[in-house]
Amino acid sequence: MYNKGTIIPGLIIFVLIVMSPVLYNGLKAGSVPKPEPPPGGEKQCVLPVSEMRDKHMQLLNEWRDEVLRDDERVTVVADGKQYRKGLQLACMQCHTNKEKFCDSCHEYASVKPYCWDCHLTPAQQKAALKKETH
Amino acid sequence: MKYAFSFLVVIVLIVVAGLGSQIQGMQYVFGVALPYLAILVFAGGFIYRVVQWAKSPVPFPIQTTCGQAASLDFIKQNKLECPNTTSEVVARMILEIVTFRSLFRNTKSEIHEGPQLTYESSKWLWVFSLMFHYSFLLIIIRHMRLFLDPAPFWMAWIEFGDGIFQVGAPNAYITDATILMAIVYLFGRRIINRHVKYISLINDFFPLVLIFGIACTGILMRYFLRTDVDILAIKRLAVGLVTFSPVIGVKIGAIFYIHLFLVSTLLIYFPFSKLMHMGGVFLSPTRNLKNNSRAVRHINPWNPDIKPHSYAGYEDEFREFMVDAGIPVEKELPVEKG
Ligand code: HEC
Ligand code: HEC
Ligand code: HEC
Ligand code: HEM
Repeated sequence: MYNKGTIIPGLIIFVLIVMSPVLYNGLKAGSVPKPEPPPGGEKQCVLPVSEMRDKHMQLLNEWRDEVLRDDERVTVVADGKQYRKGLQLACMQCHTNKEKFCDSCHEYASVKPYCWDCHLTPAQQKAALKKETH
Repeated sequence: MKYAFSFLVVIVLIVVAGLGSQIQGMQYVFGVALPYLAILVFAGGFIYRVVQWAKSPVPFPIQTTCGQAASLDFIKQNKLECPNTTSEVVARMILEIVTFRSLFRNTKSEIHEGPQLTYESSKWLWVFSLMFHYSFLLIIIRHMRLFLDPAPFWMAWIEFGDGIFQVGAPNAYITDATILMAIVYLFGRRIINRHVKYISLINDFFPLVLIFGIACTGILMRYFLRTDVDILAIKRLAVGLVTFSPVIGVKIGAIFYIHLFLVSTLLIYFPFSKLMHMGGVFLSPTRNLKNNSRAVRHINPWNPDIKPHSYAGYEDEFREFMVDAGIPVEKELPVEKG
């Protein structure tokens, strides 16, 4: 073999890059997060759970378009109660702890929905209300 | 025909994975066994190919010179186009690898009335192949979020930049659009441009169609066919794969297995195909040699070791026969003592 001095370091770099996920995780697979069930004791989501898990972002996108573009400000029924269609108005009424619910999954999957740039999380909302009543 | 056949092969692969992964128990074949096999073939084959290349001697310095070589002091050397030292070569290689400078020189030739042959600069190939390679790279880096737990902090920056338009949810990625556009161009070029079509082989079309299939299934999975695409379960599988403890806990949709099967096919095909230019670009003698052939003698490494043979030595060896044959010699045979 010619040019051993560059070929061998080059191949070592290649192998390190291919192996990098193995080295990074250090053989610890970790566990999938368990999002906290709604603290209010509700039993059912707006759709079957498996569908919510896979498609809640699509549902939110549809709802956003329907509410804001088509002005379909309607109510949805979930777990026997009526909610106004929306992110803060529906989802966060049951899933009142964003940090322990939405974020637990999102951190694991490395997604950072930008929704909270404008929308208030239940915790922020509570804090804001407190300020106003003072 | 050649491109139609490539499509046929990819469609067959899709059907195999789509139906196969639905058979009870086969999830581990498509989700675990084949990906492991694929990465082994990929890494092993890649190393094998590079070692084979490294074993081939380079008999001549054959760098392409695109500028003035190092010469007398008052003649200005073009350091990048005609490198003379190792650091200049490194600079040239880095720019070649990250900006595809040699593709930037691409020209197109046309015959006009006359007949007159014209050449003109054509940058489209350069633009679209840059687009293709960088989209591909970013997509692969972004995919690491599925393999790394916890995902590194900078992953969010890439995801933010790639999704800066904030269209829809799941957030649309720019690279998803650009990789498709680039593949369509690179494929179209091989069909529409007569010169290129003539020299295109099935092994030019197949990787394009395969990568097109991978990109399409990925995009379908993210934006359209989300049924049974539980990213958490997929991440558990992917992290499991790289920590040697894979589990498939829940039902994952066929679209995921199709995506993964096409990727496995790509990895297995990689070392045997022109895709090896990923490693080969580092080993191109026309780029990575110094243009110092006037200053340093390049010796062909396979030259046999030929010892000099002077005329005096030659005569010493054959003097008897020369004298016998009546050929004049410079030094006579020693007089025999009678
Ligand atoms: C009526 C209260 C209620 C509302 C409103 C509601 N959810 Fe749920 N959601 C639940 C309950 C209860 C569960 C858990 C069901 C279970 O674990 O069996 C759940 C489960 C989920 C899950 C799956 C969690 C898991 O463990 O896999 C997601 C994702 C989710 N909800 C998102 C949303 C989103 C997004 C909205 C707004 C569109 C929303 N939910 C509105 C009650 C609600
Ligand atoms: C630029 C600020 C901004 C961002 C970012 C944003 N929204 Fe909104 N969103 C609004 C405003 C303003 C409304 C209008 C409220 C109204 O008219 O009732 C709204 C309304 C909605 C509604 C309908 C009704 C309601 O009040 O909940 C949904 C659903 C919604 N947004 C979802 C989302 C989701 C999901 C995201 C993230 C992917 C998101 N939004 C990001 C500003 C924003
Ligand atoms: C069961 C885990 C889980 C829970 C709980 C969950 N999500 Fe998600 N969410 C995900 C995953 C995984 C993705 C990424 C999907 C992908 O990348 O295709 C995601 C993506 C999203 C996106 C799209 C983000 C983007 O930029 O692409 C939005 C918006 C979103 N979730 C909103 C919510 C909200 C709001 C809640 C809480 C009410 C919530 N999610 C709870 C798992 C979850
Ligand atoms: C050659 C390598 C690969 C290419 C070019 C590729 C391409 C793509 C593309 C273009 C997307 C669309 C969304 C995005 O851009 O993130 C995607 C999504 C996806 N790919 Fe791949 N992929 C590759 C390898 C893999 C592997 C090895 C896995 C196995 C874990 C995988 C799993 C996924 C999943 C789960 C999605 C959906 C992501 C989401 O919903 O956000 N891909 N792929």
